[in-house]
Amino acid sequence: MSTVYIMWLRQLKRYFRSKPRMIGSLGQPLIFLLAFGFGFGKIYSQSGRGDYLQFLAPGVISMAILFTSVFAGIEIIWDRQFGFLKETLVAPVPRLHIMIGRTLGGATVALFQGVIVFGLACLFGFRPELKALPLTLVFMFLIAVLFTAFGTALASQLNDMQSFPLIMNFLVMPLFFLSGAMFPLEGLPRGMALVTALNPLSYGVDGLRMSLGLASFYGWGLDLAVLSLSSAFLLVVGGYLFSKIQI
Amino acid sequence: MPKPIIEVENLTKKFGDFTAVNGISFTVEKGCVFGFLGPNGAGKTTSIKMLTTLLKPTSGRVLLDGHDPAADQAGVRRTFGIVFQDPSLDDELTAWENMEFHGVLYKVPAALRKKRIEELLKVVELWDRRGDLVKQFSGGMKRRLEIARGLLHHPLILFLDEPTVGLDPQTRNHIWSYIKNLNRREGITVFFTTHYMEEAERVADQVTIIDHGRILARGTPAALKKKARAKSLEQAFIRLTGHSLRDEEASDIEHLRMARKMWRR
Ligand SMILES: Nc1ncnc2c1ncn2[C@@H]1O[C@H](COP(=O)(O)OP(=O)(O)OP(=O)(O)O)[C@@H](O)[C@H]1O
Ligand SMILES: [Mg+2]
Repeated sequence: MSTVYIMWLRQLKRYFRSKPRMIGSLGQPLIFLLAFGFGFGKIYSQSGRGDYLQFLAPGVISMAILFTSVFAGIEIIWDRQFGFLKETLVAPVPRLHIMIGRTLGGATVALFQGVIVFGLACLFGFRPELKALPLTLVFMFLIAVLFTAFGTALASQLNDMQSFPLIMNFLVMPLFFLSGAMFPLEGLPRGMALVTALNPLSYGVDGLRMSLGLASFYGWGLDLAVLSLSSAFLLVVGGYLFSKIQI
Repeated sequence: MPKPIIEVENLTKKFGDFTAVNGISFTVEKGCVFGFLGPNGAGKTTSIKMLTTLLKPTSGRVLLDGHDPAADQAGVRRTFGIVFQDPSLDDELTAWENMEFHGVLYKVPAALRKKRIEELLKVVELWDRRGDLVKQFSGGMKRRLEIARGLLHHPLILFLDEPTVGLDPQTRNHIWSYIKNLNRREGITVFFTTHYMEEAERVADQVTIIDHGRILARGTPAALKKKARAKSLEQAFIRLTGHSLRDEEASDIEHLRMARKMWRR
């Protein structure tokens, strides 16, 4: 437990000391809210589906969480380059605890970022139902855990930042765009429906929407199950990959 | 006779077709201060990495207090502490936070942790800077903090990979007398490498000299001097390895190695 706690605390301290990073990661969600929420919104409402911002906001919150979490996970590459990774690797603690601590730390940061974007969206006119707010936070946190674990497990296998653009463009971007964050999941062509169904973020966005009083596509039970199971799976995989790291 | 605390048998590490450590065998007695000496690229750090679970040997066997890293990494990790040759601090944390992180990770009880952190930061003269971020420290200050952190949890075996490199003589003396004291008082086994031969001569009970991944000689500093008919350990070292640590004219093979190192970066 103490391992998990101290790893978590370290991630938080590093994050809250880096103001440019905090502010910088708000840029992208802001652009999406403005450009798509207001720019695209008209076409969307003309097609008779209501206000696009109400639909889009949960997607943009998910996006903020997705990017922050993957970043937080990938940060482990810096630990490797600056040498700090050695300090954690030789410690007499279970690899799974290191993995869980790191992941919870990154996830807390991402959750925090998500809450800020939530607030920003409300400033722009997002008016969700807040009856199930705890459930909203649960979904936000699960998305954060899932993708921090994903980023950490992935980056534990990388030696330097060279593959970073590859990861962003070929994994994170597709994860975001093929998740239903930007468009409704109803009536998609079969291929697309399959891809979105295989993307765990779809269940995060779907659950988030449902908890905010919008319609759910998969049902919240399935959403919760997919998110928690894939998170647990990635944590275990990450712990295993950690035990294989050589320096 | 008690069982040695470190047993190394035929340990080998290959990087591709290059053999960095070539079938070395040795033992270290419990409570001993063991100097592992050799020129740059001799294979010292690579050996330490294999002893401390950071690197898998290509072949051979290691036992630390009876634990085999190949079978029981967790058991091995409970036996040692280490000061790495390369930096391993978190720059975004303060000196105190780096110590605290280590103490919690190694489960040093809170009260003892607090006491030792204060004591050690005073020994390395960083107590007044404990609240500063490590990224604001000079190279020597970082090095001192690394050492202090490595001494926090009092393991059975302490690995020190060129601990005092870049430190002024006064600080080096200070730190070594603290380590010697730990060794005497708590019977902690010390396994260290250094390029300062007078330092090795002064603090080591046993030394082993390695070059090109092979062990050239071992024994007490006095015995090695006698064997090489040398007045100092430094001179013995030069006679045994065929070159000085601070050799300006590197041999061809040395140049090749340097090139290798550069290309890897
Ligand atoms: N990851 C690696 N890949 C390839 N070669 C390596 C690697 N690590 C070390 N080597 C090589 O193995 C040899 C031994 O390196 P090592 O770091 O063990 O030397 P050392 O005795 O610690 O030297 P120094 O006194 O400079 O610290 C060197 O020639 C080095 O280039
Ligand atoms: Mg070395």
